Amino acid sequence: MNKPLTEHIKPGAPPIDLAAYERTGGYEALRQALASMEPGGVTSMVEESKLRGRGGAGFSTGMKWSFVPMGDQAPRQKYFVCNADEMEPGTFKDRFLMEHNPHQLIEGMILGAYAIQAPTGYIFLRAEYHASQTALARAIEEAREAGFLGRNILGSGFDHDIHLHTSAGRYICGEETALLNALEGRRAIPRAKPPFPPVVGLWGKPTIVNNVETLYNIAPIIRHGADWFNQLGLTGESGTKLYGVSGRVNRPGLWELPLGTPLREIIEEHAGGMRDGYRFRGVIPGGASTDFLVEEHLDLAMDFASVQKAGSRLGTGTMIVLDDRTCPVGMVLNLERFFARESCGWCTPCRDGLPWVEKILDDVERGGGREDDLDLLAQQAKHLGPGRTFCAFAPGAVEPLQSALKYFEEDFRRHFNGNGCPYRSESAASGTRQVPPGNGHRI
Amino acid sequence: MATIHIDGKPYEADPEKNLLQTSLTLGFDLPYFCWHPALGSVGACRQCAVRQYRNEEDTQGQIVMACMVPAADGTRISIEDEEAREFRRSVIEWLMVNHPHDCAVCDEGGECHLQDMTVMTGHAYRRFRFRKRTFNNQYLGPFINHEMNRCIQCYRCVRYYKDYAGGRDLDAFASHNHVYFGRSEDGILENEFSGNLVEVCPTGVFTDKTLKTHYTRKWDLQSAPSVCAHCSLGCNTLVGTRYGGARRILNRYHYDINGYFLCDRGRYGYEFVNRPERIRHPLLHEGAHDTETYSKPETCSADVALKEARIRLRRANRIIGIGSPRASLESNYALRSLVGEDNFFNGLPAAESHLVTVALEILRHGPVRSASLREIEEADAVLVLGEDITQTAPRMALAVRQSVMRTPRETARKLGVPAWHDRAIRDVAQSDRGPLFIAAIDETRLDDVSTAAITRAPNDLARFGFAVARALHPEAPPVDGLSESDTTLARQVSDALANADHPVIITGTGLGNEALLQAAANVAWALLRCEKPAALAFVVPEANTFGAGMLDGRPLREAYDAVSSGDADTAIILENDLYQRTHDVDVDRFLGGLKSIIALDSLRNATTDRAHVVLPAGTFAESDGTFVNNETRAQRFFQALPPEGDIAESWRWLGRLAAGSAPSEEPAWKYLDTIIDAMVADYPELRGVRDAAPSADFRSNGARFPRSPRRFSGRTAIHAQFDVNEPSPPADHDSPLSFSMEGSTAVPPASLVSHYWSPGWNSVQALNKFQEEVGGANRGGPPGICLIQPEKNLHPFFTEIPATFRRSGEKFVVLGLPHIFGSDELSRHAPALAERIPHAYVTISDADARARGVSEGDQLVLRIFGREHKLPARIRPKLAPGILGIPMGFPGHAGLVFPVDGHL
Amino acid sequence: MLTDQERREIEAELPHYPRKQALCIEALKVVQHHRGWVDDEALCDVAEFLDMTPHEVDSVATFYNLIYRRRVGRNVIHLCDSISCWVMGGDGICEHLKGNLGIEMGETTEDGRFTLLPIPCLGDCDRAPSMMIGRTLHSGLTPGKVDDILRDCK
Ligand SMILES: Cc1cc2nc3c(=O)[nH]c(=O)nc-3n(C[C@H](O)[C@H](O)[C@H](O)COP(=O)(O)O)c2cc1C
Ligand code: SF4
Ligand code: FES
Repeated sequence: MNKPLTEHIKPGAPPIDLAAYERTGGYEALRQALASMEPGGVTSMVEESKLRGRGGAGFSTGMKWSFVPMGDQAPRQKYFVCNADEMEPGTFKDRFLMEHNPHQLIEGMILGAYAIQAPTGYIFLRAEYHASQTALARAIEEAREAGFLGRNILGSGFDHDIHLHTSAGRYICGEETALLNALEGRRAIPRAKPPFPPVVGLWGKPTIVNNVETLYNIAPIIRHGADWFNQLGLTGESGTKLYGVSGRVNRPGLWELPLGTPLREIIEEHAGGMRDGYRFRGVIPGGASTDFLVEEHLDLAMDFASVQKAGSRLGTGTMIVLDDRTCPVGMVLNLERFFARESCGWCTPCRDGLPWVEKILDDVERGGGREDDLDLLAQQAKHLGPGRTFCAFAPGAVEPLQSALKYFEEDFRRHFNGNGCPYRSESAASGTRQVPPGNGHRI
Repeated sequence: MATIHIDGKPYEADPEKNLLQTSLTLGFDLPYFCWHPALGSVGACRQCAVRQYRNEEDTQGQIVMACMVPAADGTRISIEDEEAREFRRSVIEWLMVNHPHDCAVCDEGGECHLQDMTVMTGHAYRRFRFRKRTFNNQYLGPFINHEMNRCIQCYRCVRYYKDYAGGRDLDAFASHNHVYFGRSEDGILENEFSGNLVEVCPTGVFTDKTLKTHYTRKWDLQSAPSVCAHCSLGCNTLVGTRYGGARRILNRYHYDINGYFLCDRGRYGYEFVNRPERIRHPLLHEGAHDTETYSKPETCSADVALKEARIRLRRANRIIGIGSPRASLESNYALRSLVGEDNFFNGLPAAESHLVTVALEILRHGPVRSASLREIEEADAVLVLGEDITQTAPRMALAVRQSVMRTPRETARKLGVPAWHDRAIRDVAQSDRGPLFIAAIDETRLDDVSTAAITRAPNDLARFGFAVARALHPEAPPVDGLSESDTTLARQVSDALANADHPVIITGTGLGNEALLQAAANVAWALLRCEKPAALAFVVPEANTFGAGMLDGRPLREAYDAVSSGDADTAIILENDLYQRTHDVDVDRFLGGLKSIIALDSLRNATTDRAHVVLPAGTFAESDGTFVNNETRAQRFFQALPPEGDIAESWRWLGRLAAGSAPSEEPAWKYLDTIIDAMVADYPELRGVRDAAPSADFRSNGARFPRSPRRFSGRTAIHAQFDVNEPSPPADHDSPLSFSMEGSTAVPPASLVSHYWSPGWNSVQALNKFQEEVGGANRGGPPGICLIQPEKNLHPFFTEIPATFRRSGEKFVVLGLPHIFGSDELSRHAPALAERIPHAYVTISDADARARGVSEGDQLVLRIFGREHKLPARIRPKLAPGILGIPMGFPGHAGLVFPVDGHL
Repeated sequence: MLTDQERREIEAELPHYPRKQALCIEALKVVQHHRGWVDDEALCDVAEFLDMTPHEVDSVATFYNLIYRRRVGRNVIHLCDSISCWVMGGDGICEHLKGNLGIEMGETTEDGRFTLLPIPCLGDCDRAPSMMIGRTLHSGLTPGKVDDILRDCK
C-alpha cells in the first residue's frame, strides 16, 4: 500500500495480465468511479490528492484537468493523451512501469478520460520501446475485450477507446505540444502557449497530456482516497516517486520511495554508494535537463520544492551521478551535443545557440579553450533561459551547463592553455574509460 | 484604445494589435524577422525581445517577445532595457553563426533586412570561431534564385508560400540547425505567387532571378510608381530601371488592392519592355498590304513619320480610331478627340464590349459596391461565379484564399486567441475554413479551400447563380427545372451568404456570358434586400478595360462594317493587335479595305506589320497615364524609364498628330494634366481621374520627388565609359516626379512613392514608415479614386434566365481557357515568364473522351469556322460534356472570340 | 506503388485518426518496415495515398530520425550516446564498434550488413552502456559482448 506504483511488479517478470491485475484490485477504481462518481468528482479528488505531474514540470494534475471546458457548451470531441515518449537522457522509469504493469496505465487513462469526458485516448510511445509496445498493445486488447474500453464502459454510458501510437524518434516529441503535432502527423515543432492543450489541443480540441508515471497514480488515488495519497510523502508533498540512479554507483537502479526521500539515502543506501575508487562529485537529479547538485546537497529532501530551492529541479527523479574520475566538461559536452542534435530548429537561440555551445565545449575538451569561453558559455546559458526561447527545451538544455560553470569552474580552467581534458589522459593511462557495466537493481 | 508604457512613457495603442506592431507604428526601431504584417506572429526568431513589467512596482520584469504579447491596456515594456538589447544582439549573433557574410556578392545587399537588423542591434564582431554549416542550392525555375547558405530560418518563406499562398511544393526539411527550405528535389515552384518570396525573405535566399540577368543595386535604380498592366486589378508596382532598361518590379503597397503581394505575371511580365521586338523608332511601310510589293518597314525620324501620317489623314475620306483596353485612359481619349466621337471604337469585339457595358451599368445603376481586394480578403463568405480568377485576376485569388481564414479566426478569437497570433490560429483552425463556393466550368486552383466547387456549362452556372438569388429573396426570379442537388446547394450557398457579415460575389467576363453578370448582380442585390452589405467584384480582361468602356466607344465589329460599307478608308489603331481580338479573316478584310493605317504600339505584332505608319508607343514603364481597374478605381502610373529614341506616350503622339502640319504648331495636349482636364470636361464621370494623383505642379517644400533614391550613386558613373561629363537629366513636365541625380528624404503622397527607404531601413520593410500604422493604410490614404459609386436605390432584379445548356448534335461549344502565363498579350514576351507558358491543348470532358475513344495526349483536330486546329487532348473529369476548352490568346488561335462553335 | 500489404497496414490505422494526413508518419514507418528505408519512390507512393505532395511528406520524413531517407544495412545498430552510457564508457564501445565494422557513425558497411547510428538515451541507463539492434536491446555492453552480438547478426 505504500508503493502504489510498483507493489505488484516483479522485476524481470512478464507483464501482469488482466486477470492478475484484477486479482490485486485492478480496475476497482474504475468500477468505483463509473458507478458512483461524477466526472468533476474524479477531477476534484485528483486535485485534493495534490498529485503533481511526473513528466518533469511538476504541474498539478487535477488542476490541469480542471482547465478542460466541461458541460453542454464544451466541444464533444476531446482527447486524453499519455506521454510515453520518455527520451530524457538518464531516465528509465516509464518504460519499467509499462513493461511490467500496463493495465495500471490504462486504468489511469480511462479515469482521466472519464474526468474530462474524452471519448478518445492515445498513448504516444517512443518507437524504441518495443517491449512496452507489446505489453501495452496486449493490455489494450484485453481491456477492450473485458469491456473496460469501448462503448458504454461497464454500462456507465461512457465511451472511451485508446489507440497506441508509436513515434518515429526525436526527443522534442516529449514536449507536450510538439507531441500533439507529431500525433497529427506533422513535424514535431512545439506550439505556442497559450492557448494551452486543455483548451486547444489535438486537432484543435481540448486535450490532456500526462506522463506515464503520473497516470499510474490515478487508480490508487481513486481507490484509496486523497488523504491516503497525501500521507505517502515525507515532506508534505504527496505520493511516492520512482527514483533512479545511474553512473558509477554500486547498485544503479530504480526504486519507488516516498516523495521527499533524502538524496543521500537514495545514493548511499539504495544505489549502494559510489564504486570503489570513485568519489561522489555531483549529480544531475532529474534527467539531463536539470542543474547539477553537489556534495553540499546530499541531505536534500528530493521533493519538488526542496530541489527547486537548491537551484535545480526534481525533473524526472532519475539521477546521473558524476564521479571524480569523470570530466564534468566532458559530461556537459555530451549533454549539449544531445540537445544541439535534438533541437527542433524552430527558434533561433536553441537552433543556433546550442550547436555553438557544443562546439565551444568540444574545443575546450580538445584543449582549444580560452579564458573568455567561460563568459561566452555563461552568456549563452543566460540567453537560452526561460522565456527567451519558444519552448522549455533550451532552458532545460542549459541547466546542466550553467550549474557546471558554477560548481566546476576549476575543471574548465584546467582544460585551458592547450591542456585539453585532464581526465582523458588519466583514463588513457589506464587503457580505457570503460568501466564494468551496470546491471540495474530495480525496485 | 489602450494606454501602454514604453520605457516609462505612455502611448495610445490598439489592444487588438501586438506589441511589436504597435512599437513599430509608434516609430520605435524594434528588430524582427519572423513576424510579417500579413503573416502574423509565430514567435520563432526571438528577435523582437523586450522586457515586460507586471505593473508599476515591478522592477524585475521578464524578457518577452513583443510579437507574442497583445498591446493590452496598462502594458509596460522597455525596449531600451540593457538585457533586452543584449539578448537581441545575441539573436543576430546566432543568426550570423552560419551566415556566409557574402553581402558584397549578394543580390540582397543594400536592401537586406538582415543587414539592417544587424546594424540596428549593434552586432559587429564575430566570436564564432568554428566551421560554418553549408547547404546545397536548388533550381527553382525561371523566377527565383535559391542560395540557402544565407538562410536565417525565420520560416517566413514556407509560412507565406504554404499557409498564405496555398503552395504545396516548398517546405521545411530536417531539423535542428540543418533546417532547410526548398523542395523535395529541384524543380519549378508551381505556385502563381512564388515571386513574393523575394520580398518575404528577409535576406538573400530567395532573390529575383530576372533581376540577376541585369543586376543593379537598389541604390542605383531609378524607380517610379506604376500600375500593373497585365490584368484588370490594377496592383500597384514599383518599376526599377537603369541604363534604359526595366530591371525589376517590386510590390508597391496599396492597402485596398494588392497589400504586400503581387502575382508572378505582374512581377515577371515586365521584361517585354526590354525586348528586341520593341518598336523604338517610327516606321514607314510602303507596300503595307500589297503582298506583291511587300517591303520591310523602314525606320524614319519622328518628323518624317508625323508628316507622312498627317498627309494620309488629310487625304482620308473618313478616319476611324480604334482604341484599346490596354492603352491608358488618356491615350484612348486622345484618339477619340482626334477622330471624333462618331469615329471612335473601343477596340473590343462586340460580345466583350457588350459585357463590359453590362458590367458598368450594373455598377452605375445598381445599389451594390464594387469590392476591393481587401474587402474580398476580409469577406466571411464568397461566391465565385464562372470566373477562373487564379488565371484572369490572380491577385484576387490570393485574396479569396485569405477570406476563408476569417471564420476560423473568429472561432479562435472566442477562445482568446488574437487575430495576429498566426501560430495558435492554425492550431485552432486545423482544416476548418470559412464558406467559399466556386461555380466554374472546370476545376480551379482555389478548389482546395472551397466549401463546395461545382462545374457546369456557362449557362448552367448562371442559372445556379439565379437560383442562389432566388433562395435569398422571393422577388428574385425563380429558376425552372433546376436539379434537386443544385437546388440544395443553391440553398446552402444562400444560407452561408445570408449568415455572413461581409459576403462578396465574384464574377467576370471570362466566359463571355452575360447572364453570369446578371446572376451575380441578382445575388448581391438580393443580399442587400436582406440588409447584408454585400459587395460585388467583376473581373474584366485588361488593365484598362473599364476605362476604355467608360469612353463609350463602339465595338470593333462596327468599325469593320464602316470599312466594308466603303465609308471609312483610314484608321488609327491605338495599342491594339486586332489579330488578338477577332478572327484573322475579319481583320484581314478590315485592314485590306483601308487606304491608310496608322498604328501606335510598343511591340511589333501582326497589326503593326500591316500599318503604313507605325509610331513607337511607350510601355507602362515609359509612360504617364491612368488605368481604371476592375473596381472602377482610376490609378496613375508614371514614367520610370526616360523614353529612348522616339518612344513617347500614345496620347503624346496623338496630340502631335492632331496639331496639324506646321512644325511650330503646338500639340493639342502638351502635358498629361492638360489632357486630363480636357477629358474630365468631356466626361464628368471621369472627374476622379484628376485626383487620382497630384498634378504636375505639386511640390513638397518647393521640390519635386526624385525617382532616384537618396543614396543614388549613379551620378558621374552612368556613362563614364564614354564621357565623364554628367548628362543633364531628362525634364519631366507631366508629373511632380523628377529624373534627378539627387535623392530626397521627403515622403511623398502614396501615389508618388517611388521607393521604400528610411534611415536604418534599407529593405522593402522600410514600407513600415510609409503606412499610417504598420500593416495599415498608406500614409495619406491609398492611391486612386473609384469613379463609380453605387446608387442609393434598389434596382429591379434581372429576369432573363438562360436555358439549360444542351449540346446540339455533334457540335461542341468551345470556351477560352485563360492562363496566367500565356494569355496576356504583353507579359508573354517576357523571357522568364515565357518559360512557364504551357503548350497549347484542348480540354475535353471524360464522357466525350470516352465516347470518342480519345486518350490523354491524343492529337485532336478541332474545326472552328472551317479551320482546323490540331491540339493534344487533356481529359478533364469535371468538365461538362459538350464543352471543349482551348487556351486563350495562344499563338495559332489568338483571335478566336469565345464561346464559339467547334467540331471534332 | 504501395503493395497490397502496405496499403492494408496503413488503412488499418485510418479509423484511429480524424484526418488521413495524420497517418503520414505511420505510413512512412509501414513502407520502411517493408522496404528497409524510404526511397524517393516510396515517398511519392505515400504522398499519393495520403493526398499530400512529396514535398509535404518529405518535410515530415526528414524531421524524424527513425525514418531513413538513405539506404541502411540489414542490421541497424542504434548505439546510445547519451549521458549515462557516456559516463559508463560508451565512447569506448563506440570506438570498438567503429573499429570492428570499419565504418564511422552514420555509415553502412560495404557488405550492407550493418549501419551504425547514434540514438538518444534508450531508457536503460542503470545497465549502461546500451545499444539496440533491430527490436532487441543489448545492455551492459563490453567490447567482448559487442563482438558476440555482432557475430550473431545475419
Ligand atoms: C523538451 C521537453 C521534453 C519532454 N519530454 C517528456 C517526456 O519524454 N515524457 C514526459 O512525460 N514529459 C516530457 N516533457 C514534459 C511534457 O511537456 C509535459 O509537461 C508532461 O508530459 C505533462 O505530464 P505531467 O503533467 O503528467 O508531468 C518534456 C518537456 C520538454 C520541454
Ligand atoms: S519571433 Fe517574434 S519573436 Fe520573432 S520577430 Fe519574430 S517577431 Fe518576433
Ligand atoms: S543513457 Fe544510455 S541508456 Fe540511458
